[in-house]
Amino acid sequence: MSNDIKQSSEAKKLARELLEQGKVSAVIGYAEGTLKGRVQTLIARNPLDAEKFIFNEYCVNNLAVYLTKSYRLLKSDKPVAVFLKPCDIRTVTALIQEHQIKREDIFIIGMSCQGVRNGNGLSGKCRACRMHNPQYSDAVIGEAIEEKEPEVTDPFARVKEIENMSTQERWQFWTKEFDKCIRCYACRQACPLCYCEQCIVDKTQPRWIESSAHPVGNMAWHLIRAFHLAGRCIGCGECDRVCHQNIPLSLLNMKMSKEIFDLYGYRSGVDPEAKPPLTEFKMEDNEEFIR
Amino acid sequence: MNENFEPKIAAFVCTWCTYTGADLAGTSRLKYEPNVRVLRLPCTGRIDFSLVIKAFENGADGVLISGCHPNDCHYNAGNFHARRRFAVFRKLLEFVGIDPNRVQFSWVSAAEGAKWRDVVNEVTDEIRSLGPFTEYQKLIAGSFPFQNEMSEPEVISEKEQVENVK
Ligand code: SF4
Ligand code: SF4
Ligand code: SF4
Repeated sequence: MSNDIKQSSEAKKLARELLEQGKVSAVIGYAEGTLKGRVQTLIARNPLDAEKFIFNEYCVNNLAVYLTKSYRLLKSDKPVAVFLKPCDIRTVTALIQEHQIKREDIFIIGMSCQGVRNGNGLSGKCRACRMHNPQYSDAVIGEAIEEKEPEVTDPFARVKEIENMSTQERWQFWTKEFDKCIRCYACRQACPLCYCEQCIVDKTQPRWIESSAHPVGNMAWHLIRAFHLAGRCIGCGECDRVCHQNIPLSLLNMKMSKEIFDLYGYRSGVDPEAKPPLTEFKMEDNEEFIR
Repeated sequence: MNENFEPKIAAFVCTWCTYTGADLAGTSRLKYEPNVRVLRLPCTGRIDFSLVIKAFENGADGVLISGCHPNDCHYNAGNFHARRRFAVFRKLLEFVGIDPNRVQFSWVSAAEGAKWRDVVNEVTDEIRSLGPFTEYQKLIAGSFPFQNEMSEPEVISEKEQVENVK
């Protein structure tokens, strides 16, 4: 039996059992999509639906997005189970840190993962992945995978390339990218950490961000989005993946993660007890930029 | 660059320390560069980075943010939070190609009228030497600098997408 089929059948079995035994109120997972190579999200509430669950290399979405955006719909006295790849699990940690969910309200079905596809090949984040085995889970589906040195050893290589450009080249690079933005907000909708009930970009009194795809509004949107995720982004890459204009959004987020790590030694989504770095401070924080 | 260029600088200051310090500079009749427009807020902790973006959108060439010295904050910790936020925000500006020196930060207490004068003079000189913020002004005028060179975005038909994943 191929790995996919084996992992899918284990997933179906576990989901069915959890629902039959009434341990969870719903299971959020992947099901076959309408096109080959596409999967869709399935929220199963009864054991029969559990038969539709699958897991394969096309299961690219980070399902943790449903834990905030749809959580109120799912909320009951029982936990909600969710299929999460090892990288997606960090979202749960970050959401616990931000007091959005409680650990006991989530049943993590960790998927051991060989990498997912993006278009023709392995997705970029998977080429740099060092954690194919799920941590912090209530159940693990799939066999243990041996961790090897990834193909891409420095995930920040592209960020560093941009850092090495001149100020003017960087401005050219980013304005050219931002010009493509049509302000569909798919990047925000797919981001599991963009869970604000009212996003600042939708606020009209006052209007902080010009809402048409005007250069001023696009610049403001991208600066504000990136900064709102500084020290919070867990690097799932969903923003990049869903942007049909191919704007490399996660480079901005990775730059923020890099700086936050250099300044405050913090990585998002690692330690559920840690305080997010922009909600705390130390007396001795760097202030060489202050007169 | 225009020889007579005078920068417009938006100064966001906290009401308890820097605003009072600036007031002291005034009542002490200290003369300083007239380029700053002072905007008073309760605390540096309240100075959202969106205000900086708004200032640029409204034609500012530079921004100065100033509040109480560490351990002097009226609300105890507002300035410590602001310090972290702006340390990181400057890195973001730099990364997208905005000179981080266009956004300046200082601690000026209620007793430091003379320091306020010096800070304003230094910041004005520095922003003057950076020149007008033409890059942002072009955005305001509605064009990204390379708009004309832009090629049409690549359109991938659904059929091709399906082919791709096969
Ligand atoms: S998904 Fe892409 S085009 Fe849509 S708002 Fe985000 S960056 Fe802009
Ligand atoms: S900003 Fe992008 S990479 Fe970061 S958590 Fe949100 S979707 Fe994932
Ligand atoms: S962009 Fe900012 S305001 Fe909007 S949803 Fe994301 S974090 Fe919230």
